[in-house]
Amino acid sequence: MSQVQQTEPTLEVLAPLESGVEAVQGRTPWQLFYTRFKRDRIALFAAGVVLLLIALALLAPAFARFVVHRGPNDLNQGYTSDISVPLLGPSKIAWFGVDALGRDIFIRTLYGARTSLLIAILATGISIVVGIALGLMAGFVGGKLDTFISRLIDIVLSLPLLLLAIGIGAARIVRGQTLSLREREFVEAARATGYGNIHIMFREILPNMVASIIVVATLLIPQNILFEAALSFLAVGVPAGTPSWGGMLSDATNGALYRIAWWMLFFPGMFLVMTTLAFNLLGDGLRDALDPRAGR
Amino acid sequence: MLRYIIRRLLWVVLVLVVIVAITYSIFFLLPGGGSDAIANRFAGKQPNPEIVAEVKQQFGLDKPIYVQFYIFTRNLFLGDQYGWPGLGKSFVLRAPLKQVLVERMWVTIQLAVGAAVVWLLVGIPIGILSALRPRSIWDRAAMTFALIGISMPVFFIGPLALYVFVYKWHILPGSGYSPIGEDGLWQWFNHFILPWCVLALLYAAFYARLSRANLLDVMGEDYMRTARAKGLNERQVIVKHGLRSSLTPLVTVFGLDLAGLLAGAVITETVFNLPGLGQYAVRSVFSLDLYAILDVTIIAAFFVTLANLVVDIVYAFLDPRVRYT
Repeated sequence: MSQVQQTEPTLEVLAPLESGVEAVQGRTPWQLFYTRFKRDRIALFAAGVVLLLIALALLAPAFARFVVHRGPNDLNQGYTSDISVPLLGPSKIAWFGVDALGRDIFIRTLYGARTSLLIAILATGISIVVGIALGLMAGFVGGKLDTFISRLIDIVLSLPLLLLAIGIGAARIVRGQTLSLREREFVEAARATGYGNIHIMFREILPNMVASIIVVATLLIPQNILFEAALSFLAVGVPAGTPSWGGMLSDATNGALYRIAWWMLFFPGMFLVMTTLAFNLLGDGLRDALDPRAGR
Repeated sequence: MLRYIIRRLLWVVLVLVVIVAITYSIFFLLPGGGSDAIANRFAGKQPNPEIVAEVKQQFGLDKPIYVQFYIFTRNLFLGDQYGWPGLGKSFVLRAPLKQVLVERMWVTIQLAVGAAVVWLLVGIPIGILSALRPRSIWDRAAMTFALIGISMPVFFIGPLALYVFVYKWHILPGSGYSPIGEDGLWQWFNHFILPWCVLALLYAAFYARLSRANLLDVMGEDYMRTARAKGLNERQVIVKHGLRSSLTPLVTVFGLDLAGLLAGAVITETVFNLPGLGQYAVRSVFSLDLYAILDVTIIAAFFVTLANLVVDIVYAFLDPRVRYT
C-alpha cells in the first residue's frame, strides 16, 4: 500500500500543469466505451432483445400460472390424434400450437429459454474461470509449465464432439494476451516496487484483459446455447422431460412430424436463432466499443 | 524440416494414446458404462451370471481396465487379427469394425468435401467483395447474412430446408444416401445438394467474415501503397498483393475445419439420415459399442492432429517468414 501512495504526489504535480494549458476533461476508458456503445443502434437493439429474453425466462412460471393456465409438461388431451399427431396449430387456445403429446409449445418455449440461458451462462462462467487460470499461468510463468498447458490445450481441442473444446479456447486467448502484457512497463514497475507474482498476475495483468474477456464471454454464450441445443437434439443433453429448444426440435424431427405440425419446428427454432443472433450482435457491438481497432 | 516433421508425428502418436486413455476412463466412469453393464446388455433377454461371464470373456471385458487399455492401444499401432490398424470388433455387429468404418468414412468424405467446395466458393468471394466496398449497402447486407448464418444451427435449418424443398415444393427427393455407383450421378447429386448447402452455410458465413477482416487489414499495409505507387492498376494490386497475404491465414482455418468434418458431421448426418461416421458415433454411444466409440474418437483425433501438422507445413511454403527447425 505504502508504495502506491509514494507515486501519487508526482501525479498531482503534473495534473494542474496540464489542465492549466487547456481545460480538457479526462475520460476514463469506461466512459469512452459507454459513449461509443450508445451510438451503436444494432448493439443496443440486441441488448434489448437479450434483456427481453432474460425477462421472459424469469417470468415463465408466472406465464404458466396466470396467462395460459398450464405448465410445460401438462398433457392436454383432445388436441392430438389417437396416434400422437398434434392437431392444434397456433391458435387462441395454444399460441404456438401443441406437440405430439398435447403439450403447449408456447409455455415450453419460455421454459426452454430458462434451460438454454442457465446452462449457457453457467458453462461460459466455468470455461472463462478455467481459461483465465490456465492462460494466466501458462503466459506468465512460461517455460515448462507453458509448454505443458499449451500441449494440454492442443489435446483437448483435438477431442471430437467438442465435448470440452469450446471453453478451452478462452485459455489460448488469455495466454496470448498475458504474453504481451507481461513485457509492458507497468509490470516492470510493479515488480520494481516489490510486488509478488500473484499480485502482478491478478491485480496488474488481469484488469488489463477485462475488455477482451467480456467480449470472449459474450461470444461464448451463443456458442454454448447452440452446443446445449445440439446435445439435447441428439438426446444426450438435458434429461428428457426438461423443456429445451434442442429437445423440442428433436421432437419435431422425430418421424418428420414437422411435415404435418410445422409449428413444432418453427417456434423453438426461431427462438433459438433469435437468441444466438442477439448475443452475437451484442458481442460484436461490445468488441467494437471496447476495442475499436479490432474486428472492423 | 524433416526432424520437425518426425517430432510432430511422434506427437500425433502421443495424442492418440492420451485420447484413448481419456475415452476409456470416461466410458468406464460414466453411469451406465463399464464392463458389467455392457456384458449385461449383450447377454440376451434373461442374462444369468454364466452367460454374462461368457460374453465378458468373448468381448475381452473380463480383464482389468488397464489391461484392456494396453491391449487396445497395442493392437491399434501394431495391428490385430483383422489387419492393421487394429480397430477391434463391434459388439453389436459381432464383426470387425474396419469394413464398416471405411464404408461410413466414404459417405462422410463425400459430404465434407462437397460442403467445403460450396462454402469456399460462396464465403470467400462474399468476403472479398465486402472488403472492397466497406460500409456499402452490399457490405452491410453480406455481413448481416453472415451473422445470421453463424447463428443458424443445422438441426433447425436442415429440417426447414427439407420441409420447403422436399415436402412443399417436391423438387428434391428427400433425405438418405444414394451411392453414385447404384442410382447414377443425378440421384447422388440430388440427395447431397441439401446436406452440402446446409452444412456449408455456417462455414460460408464464417469464412466471409474472416476473409473480409483479413483483406481490410492488408489494404492498409505499406506494401499495398508501394504496389500502387509503382504503377500497378487496382486489379493487379488486389489480386497479386492483397489476396495472397490476406487469404494465407485461411489455409490454417480451412485445414482444421475440414479435418473436424471428416471425423463426422454428427448433426448433418443425423438430420439428413446419411450413414456416415458421425451418425455411427451417436449410434455407438447409445448401443454401448465400446470399440466403435473408441475407433470413431481416434479417427477424429487423428484427422485433427494430422491436419494441424499439414497446415503448419503448408504454411511454411506459403508464408516465407515462417520457418521451422
